[in-house]
Amino acid sequence: MIIEWGHFALVLAFLLALCQTVFPLWGAARNRPAWMAVAVPAAWGQLLFLALSYGVLTYAFVSHDFSVLYVAQNSNSTLPLIYRLTGVWGGHEGSILLWVLILSGWTVAVAASARQLPTAYAARVIGVMGAISVGFLAFILFTSNPFVRQFPVPVDGQDLNPLLQDPGMVIHPPMLYMGYVGFSVAFALAVAALLGGRLDATWARWSRPWTTAAWMFLTVGIALGSHWAYYELGWGGWWFWDPVENASFMPWLTGTALIHSLAVTEKRDGFKAWSVLLALTTFSLSLLGTFLVRSGVLTSVHAFATDPGRGLFILVFLTLVVGGSLMLYAWRAPRVRSLITFAPLSRESLLLANNVLLVVAAAAVLLGTLYPLAVDALGLGKLSVGPPYFNTVFVPLMLPLIVLMGLGPLVAWRQGRGGELARVALRIGLPALGLALLCLVVFGLGWRRYLLAVSLWLAFWTLGFSLYGIGQRLGRRGFSPRAWAQLPRGFYGMHLAHAGIALFMIGAGVVSALEAERVVRLAPGESTELAGYAFRLESVYPITGPNYTAEEALIVVSRAGREVARLTPQKRLYTVRRQAMTQTAFDAGMTRDLFAALGDPLPGGAWSVRVHYKPMVRWIWMGTALMALGGLLAITDRRYRLATARVRSTPMKGAVGA
Amino acid sequence: MKTARKNRLLLALALVVGVGIAALLVGLAFRENLTFFFTPSQVAAGDVRPGQPFRVGGLVIPGSVERLPDGVTVRFKLTDTAAVVPVQYQGVLPDLFKEGQGIVANGTLDGAGVFVASQVLAKHDENYMPPEVADALKAKGAMPDHEMMRKMQP
Repeated sequence: MIIEWGHFALVLAFLLALCQTVFPLWGAARNRPAWMAVAVPAAWGQLLFLALSYGVLTYAFVSHDFSVLYVAQNSNSTLPLIYRLTGVWGGHEGSILLWVLILSGWTVAVAASARQLPTAYAARVIGVMGAISVGFLAFILFTSNPFVRQFPVPVDGQDLNPLLQDPGMVIHPPMLYMGYVGFSVAFALAVAALLGGRLDATWARWSRPWTTAAWMFLTVGIALGSHWAYYELGWGGWWFWDPVENASFMPWLTGTALIHSLAVTEKRDGFKAWSVLLALTTFSLSLLGTFLVRSGVLTSVHAFATDPGRGLFILVFLTLVVGGSLMLYAWRAPRVRSLITFAPLSRESLLLANNVLLVVAAAAVLLGTLYPLAVDALGLGKLSVGPPYFNTVFVPLMLPLIVLMGLGPLVAWRQGRGGELARVALRIGLPALGLALLCLVVFGLGWRRYLLAVSLWLAFWTLGFSLYGIGQRLGRRGFSPRAWAQLPRGFYGMHLAHAGIALFMIGAGVVSALEAERVVRLAPGESTELAGYAFRLESVYPITGPNYTAEEALIVVSRAGREVARLTPQKRLYTVRRQAMTQTAFDAGMTRDLFAALGDPLPGGAWSVRVHYKPMVRWIWMGTALMALGGLLAITDRRYRLATARVRSTPMKGAVGA
Repeated sequence: MKTARKNRLLLALALVVGVGIAALLVGLAFRENLTFFFTPSQVAAGDVRPGQPFRVGGLVIPGSVERLPDGVTVRFKLTDTAAVVPVQYQGVLPDLFKEGQGIVANGTLDGAGVFVASQVLAKHDENYMPPEVADALKAKGAMPDHEMMRKMQP
């Protein structure tokens, strides 16, 4: 009976989403306050019923209710509790339910702070988010209902995909979805502004923290996915240009561009139409990502069951959202004029260059991701675009971007001073280059590692400029602790995120240039050497887990005769699905990861073993963590709180912020 | 106003040049890095030059998997039920690699007609078949259902 309540709650949520869409939007168009007032309670009600529905599905997982088809497909009586809780989003239906739940959460967050917005604008924002919710709830109810029962009830479930039974899976999807769905707020703010015919600095100031918040979650989500792929899929790489990775990376690129263009819109009232277009694009790419991943058109670990009905539904929905918002844009945007002027060397022009590079990069990724699908759909053959394409395109686009990233914060708005900038650039660039070359020499890496040298140089360049920028601002105030506290958090946030890119560059540069891998046959007692480390296979023994049996190997790693790590990789066999799984083992460190995976058993008690040496690979994820932290600092900037208070007193007119 | 207009022109010019260079870069990299998919029949018919990187997909013929004495080089045969391609791979096979299973491999043909794989892909659960392989088999009128697949396994 409880299961039916969950289903019923979902239907109610759908009806409330309809109310949340129709009444506020119609009310805003006809200026009917009573209709607009439906928005906030409808949003809360929708969240309540969705939470109830989600809770019921979780209960079905926890209580092993295998009469629910979805539970039977994704759980098992031996599945540990934590994976029963996270198994809710381990399959298609549940993950879409999580998507809507998060959307509803974001809507309520907007609604809670929307009292400070003009009524009609707030009503439109919530209405637009309601419309997105209607689409997804219809998708769940009509094509992907998680509450479908089956009779006769099976004795036991088919277990959760072993790949997903991992701590990484506990947080990776929610974070990623928080990011994907979070961009719906920027989308709704932009669409509402277009509907209302008012695009001004206030709109930009409102969009900034929400966009940065979504970006922050997406950054964390992608980084977690990258780390998970690194050890769980057992390939030892941290990025594969897999279509699904690309699907999450494209909104990240345009979202990053949006953050920067919104800065111009807020501070200078410029780039307005462009910012709106970026907001529409970013959320459309989030939807495209959902479509690519969920419709099964991609061959990937993420593609669940293939069902043409579902694919068609998302495709239609995607067309409606993208087409509708672009039509609205074409209709309204020509009226928006950005009447600002700026010199070829100015903060604006550098941010413009940033946007162009990021958007071109996103377009290149989009081309590489969709081209094989398009060619296949047209029946022109089957092909794939490999990682070399993405690397050759992406790296040359990112290098100038990072050069500009250092310079940008130092250049004044409107008109920068070229001579001074050139002097600072020399004072930072030359020592940075020296330091990079010194690193190559000191660590005995040789001169010819050009890409590594460039990565290190740009990393030091970025760090140097950030330190210089902070020092310059503090210097004016005499470096006192009060001066530290007075600088806005947004300023620190920006530099922290930029420093994160620097750490990322160091990690990516070093690991790409110096990583080593070896596949060998090892019998117990034998050892192999890699990058100065001796990997010795001590023994292999059987172990038993809650829902699997495994062979575990003990590999002792030593350097110059001294033991540095003990690795215990496993070869698991999940009993229910009879699926083999390689559980890799790694020893993490600031300077290197040591990584081992078991291959196949060979005659004579030996195993094929794969060992990796991954220097400074952790810096990649440390860098992304720093980027996210920078985002967090920026959204807690007090000026957004002040700004919301100010909006209430002045009507929405182009008040150019400081 | 005059300088403002000149500036805007400069900016637009810089944009066009920049995007143009990027487009050129993308186009060149794109052309060089397309990897086409071939079925074992196409490979057997000589559609692929030795040394040209491509993907091949099919079913692993049960009983064809053999391991060379070094312990890390594997040989097996791939089929689309019409033709057979011998494959050699050095490394650890994915967990879901099984005899009778549909897989996709990246690599090149050597002079002797052996496909030297640099990567073997066998994702998902045992019911899964890479779409390329499924289509290739369908084209041969030999899409095996699960019963057949199970019987093919030793």
